[in-house]
Amino acid sequence: MSRIEIDRVVVRAATPGGPAPEVTVLRETTLDLTEHRIALIGPNGSGKSTLARLVNGLVEPTSGRVRVDGLDVARKGREVRRRVGFVFTDPSAQLVMPTVVEDVALSLRHQVRGREERTAAAREVLAAYGLAELADRSVHTLSGGQRQLLALAGVLATEPAVLVADEPTTLLDLRNARMIGDLLLGLRQQLVLATHDLELAERCDRAILVEDGAVVADGEPAEVVRHYRATVA
Amino acid sequence: MATSPLGDFQPGSSVFHRLPVGAKLSGLLVLSVVAVAFRGVATTAVLLVLAVVGCVVAGVRLARAARALRGVLVAMTVLAAYQTWQRGAEHAFVVVGALIALLLLATVFTTTTSVERMVDAITRWLTPWRRFGVDPELVALAFSLMIRGIPLVLTLAGETRDAARARGLERNPRAYLTPLVIRVVAHARATGEALHARGVGDEPPAG
Repeated sequence: MSRIEIDRVVVRAATPGGPAPEVTVLRETTLDLTEHRIALIGPNGSGKSTLARLVNGLVEPTSGRVRVDGLDVARKGREVRRRVGFVFTDPSAQLVMPTVVEDVALSLRHQVRGREERTAAAREVLAAYGLAELADRSVHTLSGGQRQLLALAGVLATEPAVLVADEPTTLLDLRNARMIGDLLLGLRQQLVLATHDLELAERCDRAILVEDGAVVADGEPAEVVRHYRATVA
Repeated sequence: MATSPLGDFQPGSSVFHRLPVGAKLSGLLVLSVVAVAFRGVATTAVLLVLAVVGCVVAGVRLARAARALRGVLVAMTVLAAYQTWQRGAEHAFVVVGALIALLLLATVFTTTTSVERMVDAITRWLTPWRRFGVDPELVALAFSLMIRGIPLVLTLAGETRDAARARGLERNPRAYLTPLVIRVVAHARATGEALHARGVGDEPPAG
């Protein structure tokens, strides 16, 4: 497994027009993530998405360092992004090409030279995820579950060592949420999963509860989830 | 679901499907120049005939052509009324007829040209500019994003309009335009994040 080090990281964000010039989104946090499947749970606005986004460099720390397998995300962003795939809550924003096969081919542009070879490789990836029949469809016409599955296939096509997923099942119905959840937990990649699905969190190897920009519980998932449930009861 | 006049390729084997992208675009450009430079009833009539023949030969479905025209129906009606009032029915026919003909010809182009072929053509045309720092693949990606963005913006517009209606604010432009602009910008930002997460722009893409 990869090693994700979050070393005394603080994230502040400007709030134009707000009561204060900036707000602390994540208080000083230190974590060493080496488990296979790590769940980040907590209420909306707690900072768990910020924590997840730090791993891929989508959010830069105001202070402190984030390292993935020893690579500093701030300095070696390119190398880190090749190691760390990211799945967003809303796949509509993630699917940027007009057709299904073109979108996966976009992910493969660094790995496979030549358009025809790239398209062939993309079709293989789609077949592996049961999306072969949708290859030439417009991404605009896919269902929510198909879009999220395609977004996942597009990211996994590059075989990253780590997958960060920011509430990937939030917009899905129960059947699709379960399908995507099972798929994520079955991956060989290290998984950092920000989620409101506590059943999914309980199936991980470690859970971290984030509240008001701070880690308030960290450890065995059942215990952390129990703690979270107790705080909202 | 919202529909777009672009990016709606219909596979086929017509002469228009087989023509190179550059030839089709050049033809469209020439006819556009003709419509302006030789403005008149005869020119507009010929353009309309060419457009209808083009649609038939390319196999553009009637519903597809009607959809392309429906999108500009209100604007064309207003323009025709204004031109008739200001300069007479003949001038209105020349202006509006030419615009409709060019719109149908553009529909022939988008119906017979896949986005992939358009992107390939753009990449090819921009390759000589690589020495001046232009990244053809990145420009082609931007073009794809634009094509992809059209139905998305239409969907957002439909959802925002419905939301305004649900609150009884359908006659208030601010209740429609403000959230629409915010959602479009938010979507653009999310797309930027997604591209960043996927490493687009991290290095020159492979051939």
